[in-house]
Amino acid sequence: MVFLRRYLIPRLIQYVLVIVFGVTVVFLIPRLAPTDPIASTIAQIRSQGSYLDPATVDQFIEDLTELYGLRGSLWEQYIALWMRLLRGDLGVSFFQFPTPVIVLIGRALPWTVGLLLTTTVLGWLIGNILGGLAGYFSRHKWSQALDILAMLIRPLPYYILALALLLLLGYVVRWFPIAGGTSIGMRPSWTWTFIWDVLRHSFLPALSLVILGGTLWFQTMKLVVQNVNAEDFVQYAKLGGVEEGKIVFRYVIRNALLPQVTGLGLALGQIFSGALITEIVFSYPGLGMLLYNAVITGDYNLIMGITLFSIVAITTAILIIDLVYPLFDPRVRYR
Amino acid sequence: MKVIQDLFRDYRFTVSFCVLCLLFSLAFLTIFSPYDPTRWGVVPRDLKPSWEYPLGTNSKGQDVFWQGAFAIRNSLIISVIAGVVSRIIAILVGMVAGYRGRLTDRVLMFVSDSFLVIPLFLIVVMLAMLIRQMMNLVTLGLLLAIFGWAWDARLIRSQILSLREREFTQTAVLSGSGTLRLVLKEYMPFATPLVFSTLINNMSWAIGMEMTLAVLGLVDMDTPTLGTMLQWAISYQAMLLGYWWWIMTPVVLAILLFVALYWLSVSISEYLDPRTRLQRIGAQ
Repeated sequence: MVFLRRYLIPRLIQYVLVIVFGVTVVFLIPRLAPTDPIASTIAQIRSQGSYLDPATVDQFIEDLTELYGLRGSLWEQYIALWMRLLRGDLGVSFFQFPTPVIVLIGRALPWTVGLLLTTTVLGWLIGNILGGLAGYFSRHKWSQALDILAMLIRPLPYYILALALLLLLGYVVRWFPIAGGTSIGMRPSWTWTFIWDVLRHSFLPALSLVILGGTLWFQTMKLVVQNVNAEDFVQYAKLGGVEEGKIVFRYVIRNALLPQVTGLGLALGQIFSGALITEIVFSYPGLGMLLYNAVITGDYNLIMGITLFSIVAITTAILIIDLVYPLFDPRVRYR
Repeated sequence: MKVIQDLFRDYRFTVSFCVLCLLFSLAFLTIFSPYDPTRWGVVPRDLKPSWEYPLGTNSKGQDVFWQGAFAIRNSLIISVIAGVVSRIIAILVGMVAGYRGRLTDRVLMFVSDSFLVIPLFLIVVMLAMLIRQMMNLVTLGLLLAIFGWAWDARLIRSQILSLREREFTQTAVLSGSGTLRLVLKEYMPFATPLVFSTLINNMSWAIGMEMTLAVLGLVDMDTPTLGTMLQWAISYQAMLLGYWWWIMTPVVLAILLFVALYWLSVSISEYLDPRTRLQRIGAQ
């Protein structure tokens, strides 16, 4: 019960508040921005070369006011947005009219979730294991070499690393396809050729995400392990003649993993943004590509839908990580 | 002088310092540029690197070397605006939250926590969509500044929290100095190194963000920056057509800049943290 009152309930309240905050920000942005979203949408359609007669423009303004939820006072608009959200209705896409935004997101989502889940888990595992070993054996040559490598990769933004990999492995040595989620003309089915095709296409985007994520975890893990290493119980275990492998994995890495789980929760928002950017570089058909098309066509409603959806999805994912955390850490559980 | 000497003992500081000097002088060199960076067709198109055009020319008829120099300059301008303005916000928020405590602290920290959790990239894209028409170096810098302060405000706050408990705070309060004076004169000197090292990280974040927005075509595509230069090269299929000098220039410049900024910030913050300094001088 103490756990419930001290940990679960405050955490749930925080979860709801963050979502409310995010939705409010998304709500306020077009209303505080110095330009009129309707005017800029119409300007965008015009700039793509289609002619609009005045009657159509009036109709457009009418429709767009409805679409953007700009009817009524600010407060009424805000309530209306929440009513729509709670019904799971994110409006319709403007350029793929009248497909609902939620359907488009649903179509792109499996790609992004698949990519994100695999790469986050792989990056976290590889980074933590390597970081743990490098922290424990920090005086070895290979540990220092890995450290320098991490120092070179870490500052690169997702976009640059993805592009560098694409240039190197896609164009120079041509090992991997450079774009898309499947080969052209491939039909989704549960056959080996299809699965192989999907894996081959997702290899480069996945590799760049694993490398960047892995480096991040590697560096923090190495630092944490170096601290744990200096603690009395590790020294005691060494003096007591416990096998080295056991010390590394059971004593040191296991203790150092705990802050890394919280770190995963904190970094998830950035990892997600990074995945979207990576998808754009590799034309991978997930949410990032959907966002890219929405920006190119000026489909504001779709962008807003993706943003709202992402805010809810990411905060929920972080909530789950935070709720699972006590299972790993008895110190939190019994407090 | 002792400080500088100590810093140069770290190879990362030396390397990053030299690279940054090189890039900054490249940026200053733009004053002598023979071409207007926004004009097309000032030189023959698609030439390989040669003595006349050290980094070749691109399909828009521009000299890649000078484009690169302008790109570095403009990207640095954006990042400095974003970095300095967001530092001001971070200092204000961090100091007010740390010093006032209670409800103010809770509200401000809730906002900054939410900023950390929410995928900010999407929010930036939404805003950039709306102010597309008035996008230039300054507005882009300010746009990024609005979103770049959250983590650093947290760092400054925790520093203030520990300073508040020290004795000199009591002395200052008892001898009648006002809150503003106390914060500016007594706390600022302690927070300055922190502000400086976060500034570097924030600049590098801003440059990366600018590149991403450029991919989406949300910045002013006529002004050469690292992002727009890269985007033009990609949209002209420089990779497929084999104009490697065009696409490699912004990529290499960006990698140099990011690595140099990161190494600088790591070596400075390690220097500022006495625990690692001790390690480096002796015990290791």
